[in-house]
This record gives sequence, structure tokens and C-alpha cells, in this order.
Amino acid sequence: MTMDAAVDTGAVNPDPPTARLSSDQRPVVLDVKNVSLSFGGVKAIQDVSFDIRKGEVRAIIGPNGAGKTSMLNVINGFYHPQHGTITWHGQERKQMRPHIAATQGIARTFQNVALFQGMSTLDNIMSGRSLKMKSNFLFQLIHYGPARNEEIEHRRKVEEIIDFLEIQAIRRTPVGRLPYGLKKRVELGRALAMEPELLLLDEPMAGMNLEEKEDMSRFIIDVNDQFGTTIALIEHDMGVVMDLSDRVVVLDHGELIADGTPNEVQANQNVIDAYLGVAH
Amino acid sequence: MFYREAGQFKTSYEADQAIFPILQDKWGLAALAAFAFVVIPLTANDFVLNSIMIPMMVFTLATIGLNVLLGYAGQLSLGTGAFMGVGAYACYKLTTFFPDTNIILLVLASGIFSAGVGIIFGLPSLRIKGLYLAVTTLAAQFFLEWAFIRIPWLYNYNDSGAIEVPQRLAFGIIATGPSATPLTRYMIVLCITVFITWLVSNLIRGRIGRSWMMIRDMDIAAELMGIKPLQAKLSAFAVSSYIAGVSGAMMVFFWLGAAEVESFDINHSFLILFMCILGGLGSLIGSYMGAAFIWVLPILIRAAPAALGITVTAASVEHINFMIVGALIIFFLIAEPAGLARLWQIGKQKLRVWPFPY
Ligand SMILES: Nc1ncnc2c1ncn2[C@@H]1O[C@H](COP(=O)(O)OP(=O)(O)OP(=O)(O)O)[C@@H](O)[C@H]1O
Ligand SMILES: [Mg+2]
Repeated sequence: MTMDAAVDTGAVNPDPPTARLSSDQRPVVLDVKNVSLSFGGVKAIQDVSFDIRKGEVRAIIGPNGAGKTSMLNVINGFYHPQHGTITWHGQERKQMRPHIAATQGIARTFQNVALFQGMSTLDNIMSGRSLKMKSNFLFQLIHYGPARNEEIEHRRKVEEIIDFLEIQAIRRTPVGRLPYGLKKRVELGRALAMEPELLLLDEPMAGMNLEEKEDMSRFIIDVNDQFGTTIALIEHDMGVVMDLSDRVVVLDHGELIADGTPNEVQANQNVIDAYLGVAH
Repeated sequence: MFYREAGQFKTSYEADQAIFPILQDKWGLAALAAFAFVVIPLTANDFVLNSIMIPMMVFTLATIGLNVLLGYAGQLSLGTGAFMGVGAYACYKLTTFFPDTNIILLVLASGIFSAGVGIIFGLPSLRIKGLYLAVTTLAAQFFLEWAFIRIPWLYNYNDSGAIEVPQRLAFGIIATGPSATPLTRYMIVLCITVFITWLVSNLIRGRIGRSWMMIRDMDIAAELMGIKPLQAKLSAFAVSSYIAGVSGAMMVFFWLGAAEVESFDINHSFLILFMCILGGLGSLIGSYMGAAFIWVLPILIRAAPAALGITVTAASVEHINFMIVGALIIFFLIAEPAGLARLWQIGKQKLRVWPFPY
């Protein structure tokens, strides 16, 4: 069922990669160069460089306070780094605003779920379609013609996502009443509704039980495989990181301490030290 | 047992997105409409029309206007009274310039002016939130009240300083002024209020309404979905002030017949705010309930002593009135902060599973 539904949703990206290319064969979509970000005296990110390639799952790991969330906030324009450049599809970005990042195809979920509490699951996911809706104020006012057609058309897409994430039963529930695990799933649905090219996931499995984690892992793999969506994933569970990711960036105290395949990173002495809390 | 959607399957997303997807709701709505459009006009006397039905419609519309801003877009405003004033004065000037134009058209056009003013006073909402925003709208309230007094051009330099509504026609029928019948005026305010309710309900279920709720619930995430906060907030201010302006014009032209600055003071802002909160934030039906409740209750309380054969002075009736209404508002807010609309929802939910609640 999941698979079928997912194939239908293929519109998210019409040509899923057939054979998995290794990361260095793929084109770079996002290039982070020498980025530094500080808040007053707190250096959240210090001179970090890495890239994200098309269609890969790129994990960003590191101990608490390492600067992972800050990195995502820089990528989608919430924070403006004091130094460094970010290049998106070969174009260096100037001042970034979150809604511009959205138009460029960058979607995101949050570490502390940031759903629209007063709205139903359906409306939350519909809200992900906002940028794709074009009908003007007058048609919306009378709910006629283009306004009505686009509402129906996008509702169809949203239903596909609901099927894909297996959340049909909570379609009408105000999200404020959902348990934590389902909230995270709805939030993923909302991001998917944007049909993003790059999906940033900030600890999508934090606080979940094993079963929920397995479900979520499956969804992430499916999204990546079937829609070809590039994913940047922050995750603390090393098992999950090893399973899901193609390449891993490791941050510690705002600095990049390792970058490579899961196996390389796992064997890296700096990484082991950082996780065991060896003094610098 | 009788109120439920069992057996009513939606065969298209279109049907599912209808304003009242449940059949029984459609019937309930039809019954209400028949009551408002047929039974009331046939049975109500002038007192009921003038003192209950017409003001109720005026305040319902104002409450819907505030609900767009507060209930849907989450921006608090204490300037509703003044925005109603802008609509009323604008309508007065318009009908001075275009005396032969259908007055209903002018009432609807006058909202455009209050929308413009609303956008200007909505600009601070981009920087500030909550109580601080409320304070800037309070400033708008006082500034506009000042303008209503200090700019005599607005009331055509009348010595009284008040607007005197002239006689005007709508579709060849006398619609305003002393010789307009209460029935005519009631039908006009009813039609305008219902029509605008329908327009707002359309906005709410589409992209624009969602953008308001997104900003209300989580502005960071909204921006991430591509919503421009500037656009979302200012459009809410514009739509809300438009509706407030139309209701203000209706208030003066179809109800009061004359008005001065007191008709648009801060008390009116609070009155509408109470109606909005009591009815239920983010509920159009609640706006009707809130306005009806707060408007009709004092009338009933005032009528009660006479009906029971007790003689009380008018002043103490007023005091009792304040106390009872105040206490009821507090009681409601504690018992059901989501307002009358939520109580109604709960009632329907119970009815849906009745008689087998498990
Ligand atoms: N808006 C902010 N203002 C001030 N300091 C901030 C801000 N955002 C992040 N920081 C600081 O930057 C550092 C990195 O924080 P960040 O949230 O990016 O860490 P993280 O790697 O996501 O940690 P965790 O695993 O706990 O989520 C921390 O010291 C944090 O206190
Ligand atoms: Mg974090």
C-alpha cells in the first residue's frame, strides 16, 4: 500500500534514481564554505565547510550544543552567518529569508515540532502547498473557478501524502491533540507537501519508541528513493545514522571535526573523543 | 442518533470541502435562514426589528471583522470601534458626493476606506505582537476619535458635530432616513451580513485563510512554507477593517440614523471584543452567537422586572444588568474559553454518538 501510494506521489520528483550512485558522482546542490555564526560571545558555528550532493542523505551529527540546528537555520535563512558563503546550485546566496528558501525548494522539520496547533492534520499538510497555489483574492473570495479547482487539485496531492504516511485516521484531528510521534509524522507530511528538492530534518526521531523510529526511517528512505529528494538529517541515534545516511558531517563545539562515509566517521578518533567527552 | 454523518459518504474532495459537509447542518442552516428571512419579517414588530434584530446583525458583522483579525490571524486589536467609525464617516461623505447612488453600494464601498486605514495601523504588527500591538491599535482608536471631532469636513460642518443620515434609496426603495421602514432596513443589514459571512467563509477555507492561521499558530514555520508575514498580516488587517467599516456604516445608516464620535468609542471596541471572545475565536457561527448573546441578554434582563411585576428603578436595572452580563462573561470564559461555538460543537458531538456514547 505504502509503495503504491508513494509511486503515485511520484509527481514529487518525476525521475527517481534507478541505481544508487555513490555520493561523489552526484552534482553538488548546496555548498557551505567557511561559515561562522556567533551570538554575542557564543560561537555557534566556526569556519565550517561541507557540501550536500543531489539525492543523497547527508547526516549532521554531534553532541548537544554542537551547532547542528544552527547550521540548518543558516541553510534556510533564519540565521545570517557573519562569515562564509552558501552556494545553492552554483549561485552564491545573498541575504536569505526563510520564505525565499521555501521558493527555492528547501523544506524543513523542527527539533521541537512546529506544527500549526489550531489546524487539522489536513490543513497543516495543505499549508505546505501554499506556494503552489496561485488563484487571486477575488476568486478566493467567491470560492469559484481557479480557486475552487486548485483547492481540489492540491487536496488530491495532500491525500496522496496522507496515504503515504499512513495517517488517514487523523485527517480531521486538530494536531494539538495528537501524540508526539504522530505530530512528527504530520510535520514530515507538511514538508513533503512542498515537494522540496532539499529536505532538512532536525531530529525527526527524537523521543520516539522503537516502532515509531522504524516507521520514520522507512518514510525517510522511501522519500529519498522514490522522490529523489535530497535529505539533510540531524540525528543522535547512531544506528539510524549508519543505516540511513550516505555521508556524515560531525560537528563539535561549532567546529567540523569529521566528514565522510558512516564507516569512516565512526572510526575517526576525533569523533570518538568528542562523543566520549575528551577535553580539547 | 439523528444527527450524524454515518451513511453520508463524500464522493469527491469538492463535497468534502463544502462549508457544511454534514446534511443535518445543511437543514439546520436552511431552518435558520427561513427564520431570519421569512419568519422574522412576517412576525416581528418594529421594536424587535429596531432594537434586537438590526443591531444584532450590525454587531455580528463587526464581530466577524474582529474575528478575522483576532480569531484567524491572531492579531489583537482594540480599534474596532474607530474602524467602524471610518466606515460610517466614509459612507456619509460618499453619499454626500453621490446622493443618487444606491446606498447599499456606498455602504459596501465605504469599507474600502476603513481597509486602507486598517492597513496603515496594521503596519506595526510586523514588528510587535500581543499586548504591545493592542496598545498601538488603542492609539489608532484615540487618534481616529480625535480626527472624527477635529475634521469638521467629515460631518459636513454640521453645528451638532454629528452625522445626520439623509434619505437615500436602494433599488428604488427608501432605505435610510426617518421614512425607511424597519423591515426594509432589517432586510438590508441581514443580506449584507449573510453575504459577507459567505465571502469570509470562502476566504477561510482557501489559501488566504490558511495563511492567516499559519501566521497565528506558528509564524516561523509559516515563513518556511513560503508565507510572507507582511502579506498575511496586512491582508488580515485589510479584510478585518473592511468588514468593521461596513458594519459601522450599517450601524449609522440602517440603525442609529445619526451618530457622533461617541458611537465609535473604545466601549464599542470592547463590546465587539467580548462578543468575539464569548462567541468563540476563529468561528463564524460563534460570531453570530456572541453578538446575539451579548446584545439580547441585557434586553431580556431589562424586560424581566416588568414581566414579573416588580418595580425597580431604571438605574438599578442597569446595574443589575452590568453585574449579570459581567458575571456570565467571566463564567463562560472559565467554563469554556473557546466560546459558545465550542459548546455548540460539544453538543453536536454528544448528539452524534447519542444514545450510545461508547
Ligand atoms: N538564537 C540563539 N541565540 C543565542 N544562542 C544560540 C541561539 N541559537 C543557538 N545558540 C547557541 O548556539 C549553540 C549551538 O546550538 P544548536 O541549537 O545549534 O545546537 P545543536 O547541535 O542543535 O544541539 P542539540 O543537539 O541540543 O539540539 C548553543 O550553544 C546554543 O546555546
Ligand atoms: Mg538542535
